[in-house]
Amino acid sequence: MARAVFHPRSAYAPSAGYRLLPLRFGRLDEHAYIVTNDVGEYVRLARDELVAFLERRLDSDTSVYKALKSRHFLYENDSSVAFDLLALKYRSRAERVAAFTGLHIFVVTLRCDHSCQYCQVSRQSEDSTAFDMTVEHADKALDLVFRSPNEHIKIELQGGEPLLNFPLVCHIVERARKLNEDHRRDLQFVITSNLSRLSDDVLSFCKEHGVYLSTSLDGPADLHDGQRPTRGGGSHRKTVEGIHRVREVLGLDRISALMTTTPRSLSRVDEIIDEYVRLGFHGIFLRSLSPYGFAARSLVKRYGVEDWLDFYKRGLSHILRINAGGYFLREEFTTILLQKMFSPLGSGYVDLQSPAGVGIGALVYNYDGAVYASDEGRMLAEMGDQTFRLGHLDEHSYEELLTSEALLAPLGETILEGMPMCADCPFLPYCGADPVFHRATQGDAVGHKAFSAFCTKQMGVLRHVIGLLETDAEARDILLRWV
Amino acid sequence: MLVKLSARGLRALSETSRAPFVARITETPALPEAARSKLLLLLSGEASDFPPGFRGYLLRQAARPLAPKDTYLLGADHTYLRDGDVVRIDPVRGTVSALYRANSRSNTFLVTERCDNFCVMCSQPPKDHDDGWLVDDIERAIPLISPDATEIGITGGEPALLGERLVRLLVLLREHLPRTGVHVLSNGRRFSDAGFARAVGDVRHPDLMIGIPLYSDLAEEHDYVVQAKGAFDETVRGILNLKRRRVRVELRFVIHRETVERMPEFARFVAKNLTFLDHVALMGLEHVGFARTNLEALWIDPVDYQRPLREAVLTLDRAGMATSIYNHQLCVLDPTLHRFARKSISDWKNVYVEVCQTCRRKEECGGFFTSSAVKRSRGISPYG
Ligand code: SF4
Ligand code: SF4
Repeated sequence: MARAVFHPRSAYAPSAGYRLLPLRFGRLDEHAYIVTNDVGEYVRLARDELVAFLERRLDSDTSVYKALKSRHFLYENDSSVAFDLLALKYRSRAERVAAFTGLHIFVVTLRCDHSCQYCQVSRQSEDSTAFDMTVEHADKALDLVFRSPNEHIKIELQGGEPLLNFPLVCHIVERARKLNEDHRRDLQFVITSNLSRLSDDVLSFCKEHGVYLSTSLDGPADLHDGQRPTRGGGSHRKTVEGIHRVREVLGLDRISALMTTTPRSLSRVDEIIDEYVRLGFHGIFLRSLSPYGFAARSLVKRYGVEDWLDFYKRGLSHILRINAGGYFLREEFTTILLQKMFSPLGSGYVDLQSPAGVGIGALVYNYDGAVYASDEGRMLAEMGDQTFRLGHLDEHSYEELLTSEALLAPLGETILEGMPMCADCPFLPYCGADPVFHRATQGDAVGHKAFSAFCTKQMGVLRHVIGLLETDAEARDILLRWV
Repeated sequence: MLVKLSARGLRALSETSRAPFVARITETPALPEAARSKLLLLLSGEASDFPPGFRGYLLRQAARPLAPKDTYLLGADHTYLRDGDVVRIDPVRGTVSALYRANSRSNTFLVTERCDNFCVMCSQPPKDHDDGWLVDDIERAIPLISPDATEIGITGGEPALLGERLVRLLVLLREHLPRTGVHVLSNGRRFSDAGFARAVGDVRHPDLMIGIPLYSDLAEEHDYVVQAKGAFDETVRGILNLKRRRVRVELRFVIHRETVERMPEFARFVAKNLTFLDHVALMGLEHVGFARTNLEALWIDPVDYQRPLREAVLTLDRAGMATSIYNHQLCVLDPTLHRFARKSISDWKNVYVEVCQTCRRKEECGGFFTSSAVKRSRGISPYG
């Protein structure tokens, strides 16, 4: 073999100079800045690096230059494949918009046997059927469900306490499955219940039809029972019993729990988390209280978003400790944000989409036949604000509902890329629009982000999580396992 | 690496054909006459007669005179030949070469030695000459291969330089061997032509995988390793085009001193941009070809790259990508990586060293390439 001649690295070096690709930047914390792009890539860098980069004089030998190039923040004349890859990633992330409505919420009754402080809508008259959805409305709603082109359809049966209207729950599940014999979607059911009415009938029905359950668990017994009173008490005990029975009959993964943070929860985040671990859960969603419903409004006034952020950060570090100790537990809100950062498809969480997930992410069929663009939109309506009411099952067709001004207006207004402040915000690819929240708090679907608790929360959580990812290797290792 | 089985040592015992020919070997003399014309009858014992009608005859032992046309005596190197093998006979040069071996799990066809890359660690250094005859033979061989064959590899050089001819080869494989997996090793550049990628996709081969190497997340780094400016862009576009046409693509990454540094960033890039790939193979260096020539510059002890390797593998795994590590001895791999380690399928090229004799995990371990005796990791130590 003739002696092969190899050329040195320098022979392949790009020609001098680079150009910027679309990006946003901002301050991450006291020490660093962050640049992000539309496909969710980010680079953390120092201020002087950022300035040099933007002034197009960053040295190509530096590791930050290579990171910026690898993640498609800049390109050189020699290579243009970055455009192909950016386009592909953008399309993958945006595909969800075309997939259309995946979540369909049926409010089968407003009746409930609990009288939770923060509940927006339930009625305690347990025996008045005036607050039950009728079979006719359920059938009409199911027809709409299958009008959605989405391959993955999730039907959530909600209340009030949906098991108080169990016959309708059965009807909806059975009929949906029957209709699906033709439609052949990936169909999932979940009942959101306080489990007080969990009977053998309910369990065997869920087993037969593969129905999931979701319940409320606010923490240890005294905290839980304090904020979730029932006639006769003992909500916590019944919930825990219910969780165990569901697991026995249906399997471990078939039940999940949600918590709500009230002023009383604020000082007790470790205990709340420990309660989830004690009950064998591997996920916990540290949720803030929504400002809907009369009672909730007064509760919200008693703690601010800063209090919640502090609660969240303490909680997250407790959760990370638990993971480091060998027990897998993920915080669901953080996971959603991590998916937006690291998963090619982003996250489907309806409350953090651009445009907002109203209508195109979720539809709500209320007990009275009214159709809402989101669950929070229905709650707002209970307070007298009908902004997110799209129409009524008896009066409007699918086309009319989904092209109603009540839907098109907020969709048009909530494309983050065009919203004041969001348009320039580095956190945009990991954020979303919440028109109902801003309508409820500022009287306008867009709102002014400088005064928005939603925005403060987003920025606070994202800064904290990205800070951990970038400066704490052990935390990063754990966090990435959640995606 | 390719099986080089074309040792000489064929002695004609009768009048021979003038041109080289391709035929399948059979050891069944009683085959119906109508089925004989394309087969070479291999006779092991002291056959006393020659059943008529075969394309030719191969004898393991010298036989009587009066042999029919194209009767040859096999040299001692050819004891491996057996029923079902497909061989090329060159009467003039007196050679026999096995194109296909029935008892091997995986057979590889070298379709050209030309290549438009010139990788610093190429195991099969390219030669720039007209070697179209290679494909001629393969096209003749394919219809003779048993449809039970498990897997056929297509390698080069750069197979995609064959252009339309590669497409025809894939069609031929699909028609004659629909149950046989086909694995093509390509640098991917030619598939940056969307029309060509589409043509390959349109073959609709039921079990085709194209293995394409990518060595960095940065164009200039990849271009340097493959010694071709602009190769990175073409390769990435080639991959995208093939995936658009639903062709399965495996990414191949060879770990050596010139690629190791950005391995974690590379994995991040792949997980983010090329998540849809069907498999990622991370491979240790084989000490053959240019890798041997450049071994001093390329060698890095695997013990010294376990951290970046681990980070890379976990990044890919977390993204849900099927990831495998090849050509690594178990004892040099970080224990968390053992579940990704694959024993190379062509076990004929694996050997073990003295200390392996006592090793409890020798069965699971891929051992060493016969060629890797040159440099050995200081991490080799048997499991007790
Ligand atoms: S809501 Fe706030 S954090 Fe989210 S994109 Fe808008 S400005 Fe940024
Ligand atoms: S000692 Fe030999 S057989 Fe055992 S793991 Fe190491 S290389 Fe493999």
